[in-house]
Amino acid sequence: MAPSIPGMGMAKGMAVTMKTMLRTIFLPGKYLNTVNYPVVKETPVARARGVIALDQEACTVCMLCARNCPDWCIYIEGHKEEKQPDKPGGRVKVRATLDRFDIDYALCMYCGICVEVCPFDALFWSPDYEYSEHAMGNMMHDMDKLQDWMATVPPPPET
Amino acid sequence: MMEFLSNFWVQLVIKLLIAALIVPLVGMVIGFAEMKLSAKMQSRVGPYFAGGRWGWAQLIADGVKFFQKEDLVPAEADRPVYKFAPVLVLVSAVAILVPIPFGPAVVGRDLDLGVFYVLAISTLSTIGVLMAGWSSANKYSLIGGLRAAGQLIAYELPLILAVVGAVIMAGTMSLTGIVNAQATWFSEHGWSLGMPFVLVQFVGFAVFMIASLAELARIPFDMPIAESELVMGYITEYSGFRFLFFFLAEFANMFSLSAIAATLFLGGYWAPGLSERMLNILGPGILFAKIGILVFIMIWFRWTFPRFREDQLQTIAWKWLVPISLANILATGVIKVIA
Amino acid sequence: MTVTDQDLVRHLSEAAVSIELQTPEMTLNIGPQHPSTHGVLRLVAQVDGERTHNVQPVIGYMHRGYEKLAEVRNYAQITTLINRIDWVSGYANEVPFIVATEKLMQLEVPERAQYIRLILTEMARISSHLVFMASYPLELGAATPLFFALRDRERVLDLLESVTGGRFHPNFNRIGGVKPNAGAGSTQRKVSQDLPKTFLGETKAAMDKVLESADEIEDLVAGNEIILARTKGIGVIPSDVAASFGLSGPNLRASGVNFDLRKVSDYLPYSKFEFNVPVGENGDCWDRWYLRLLEIRESARIIQQAVDSIPSGPLQAKVPKIFKVPKGEVYVRAENPKGEMGYYIVSDGGLGPYRVKIRSASFSNISILPWLLEGAIIPDIIAVMGSLDFVLGDVDR
Repeated sequence: MAPSIPGMGMAKGMAVTMKTMLRTIFLPGKYLNTVNYPVVKETPVARARGVIALDQEACTVCMLCARNCPDWCIYIEGHKEEKQPDKPGGRVKVRATLDRFDIDYALCMYCGICVEVCPFDALFWSPDYEYSEHAMGNMMHDMDKLQDWMATVPPPPET
Repeated sequence: MMEFLSNFWVQLVIKLLIAALIVPLVGMVIGFAEMKLSAKMQSRVGPYFAGGRWGWAQLIADGVKFFQKEDLVPAEADRPVYKFAPVLVLVSAVAILVPIPFGPAVVGRDLDLGVFYVLAISTLSTIGVLMAGWSSANKYSLIGGLRAAGQLIAYELPLILAVVGAVIMAGTMSLTGIVNAQATWFSEHGWSLGMPFVLVQFVGFAVFMIASLAELARIPFDMPIAESELVMGYITEYSGFRFLFFFLAEFANMFSLSAIAATLFLGGYWAPGLSERMLNILGPGILFAKIGILVFIMIWFRWTFPRFREDQLQTIAWKWLVPISLANILATGVIKVIA
Repeated sequence: MTVTDQDLVRHLSEAAVSIELQTPEMTLNIGPQHPSTHGVLRLVAQVDGERTHNVQPVIGYMHRGYEKLAEVRNYAQITTLINRIDWVSGYANEVPFIVATEKLMQLEVPERAQYIRLILTEMARISSHLVFMASYPLELGAATPLFFALRDRERVLDLLESVTGGRFHPNFNRIGGVKPNAGAGSTQRKVSQDLPKTFLGETKAAMDKVLESADEIEDLVAGNEIILARTKGIGVIPSDVAASFGLSGPNLRASGVNFDLRKVSDYLPYSKFEFNVPVGENGDCWDRWYLRLLEIRESARIIQQAVDSIPSGPLQAKVPKIFKVPKGEVYVRAENPKGEMGYYIVSDGGLGPYRVKIRSASFSNISILPWLLEGAIIPDIIAVMGSLDFVLGDVDR
């Protein structure tokens, strides 16, 4: 079918493009839609799921997170340590201590099940997202790196 | 100094240098303008980091990048044809610029048959496109080449017929002569104001611009390339500096065809009220300004519209543009004889 | 026996007469890597010049085995996986699965949770249709609507992120409602995951912007004569053919069949809101495109009404932490942005389902491709495939 001689529809389209162009050139503060990334960074919201941080002190090696992960990307090893009683005749306290807590971020789905099932407040979401690596193997982060990320965890909002 | 410059061999060397450098320079300037303008039309920034937070060095960086790439020729491709196709396209882009006057004396060679020569040379790129499409040994390139064959040949006719009106009005085919005719249109009445032919030949101008968009295979007449269907159409298998030739040739052709349109319809290097000596100095600038407006319109069209389908393209060419331009020639001839 | 000159001349002249120009057809693979097949779809077409016939789609390049994955996981884990089926509209994939599980457990979901689910589903619908607005003109050659549509999609995704923490894969549904708090520990339990305080204001502002953007896209694209020439009358699907091939969603409604699961079934409280269901007339590519633009406006209306009238209350029904779903089978279907999505769950009383069968919208939508593309020319193939708006993740699961 023969298209009609260029008419109003095309002219309206050209008006939209021209208007956008002039606005972006002369009023970039309001109309420029891109954030110039490495120079200017947007802050993600507090609930954003960027990376998982671990509080080693709180972890009791209960393995709930590793068991519930849909990808099985959490690797935990621990051992039991005996703590001698304070007073003689007291009970020997047995504490589970972490040897290894690795999350393989190449597998992690960022679903949050591990954070949700942990009964001891050991895992937290942090909105940090700039941790990309050059090799897939380097995406397995160990417990010290996860502990470092605790510094980026936002405080809970006051309700 | 002037004797040195009027030596034939010195002039020849200068002209050859200009011919060799003009395509990369023009290509880079227009390419940069396209990147920045298209970005602004889409609410983004465009090239930014290359060249001091403004991006002017982006295309220089692109040129260097293309040069250092591996020279790949597909195994099944027809090697000599494959290698020669981009050269043909680029050569036709440069050769068009020979008779275009940038000032009364600033011209490569003022040919008496300037218009004829320009239109003939611009068809060379059609052969280059067909060669590229066929020799690439790729079914998608072949489809792109087939579409290009139909489209480019179909739009040659409106391109040629559209300029006939301007030639009739000027009475000469020499491009400098046409600019002079526009400059001195009313001189018999004693006015120094000339008349750019677009005021009377607006139909011819519109047909010429549409046909030149189709000759460049730019959106909305993008079927030979058709990025979302054929990846890059006939250019798919080209990489490295061969692709750079096609890439620069597109921008250089934009420049050349806009230069022809500006010369034939908008008055070329002439602006009212300037003496001949001033025109020799300011003429190129005036012509570049007029070319800039036309190139801007081409870029604006490209980023606003989708592409026509092949049969719709052909319908526009044969059923609309050719009859309209023929009617234009008829009307121009009649009015010229009567008035 | 010797061949005389006369014999030779006679044979050659006979041969010359019987040679015709052979133009065999070319087998062209459109895909699996192609700019316009929405993923890794392969169409094997016999092409003669530009006209094709016998177009056969070959799918399976993106098969990720969701139904097999679901056999070894429990319900909460499956919810985190399935929003990747149709990755463009993330939230909408979780809803029918969760509703099906709740039906098996015969749970009553609190109202506030249902409203939140509805708001997030409609946002997913706007997000998916804006991606269509962006990519369809791009396939036809217009590069600019891409940026306009994606700019406004960012606003919707920011809203989704402020509530759920994820832009594309929200993982916000829980059995019995939506995610009530941040975790199970003593501090995390007190961090409520309810809608943030600024959500209502931001949503209203964002919906206004979405409506403005829909107007702008309409100005840029809808009246354009070139778009009309490329899409009107192309890929016409009559309503009976659409129904017989199992099309659903906007593709079915564009052909004139007024069937919308949001009005018919009650998996979410749509009956409390006023909205129109746009229905097309011709069933061509233009109708399918324009219908989705109208649906964006209707979804924005629904969200504005829902945000105004959202009740307060708990976010999740009382469910034990480790629960078992009773034995049974159930099938729940929902109106996803791409069409009708359904989950058929067979439970044998364990922690996870025995079998999940996913009825995805795009799989049935592309079954019409061989019929529709018979005798089409290549640019029309691109236009038609784009207008069906399928995603390969949804086709192959």
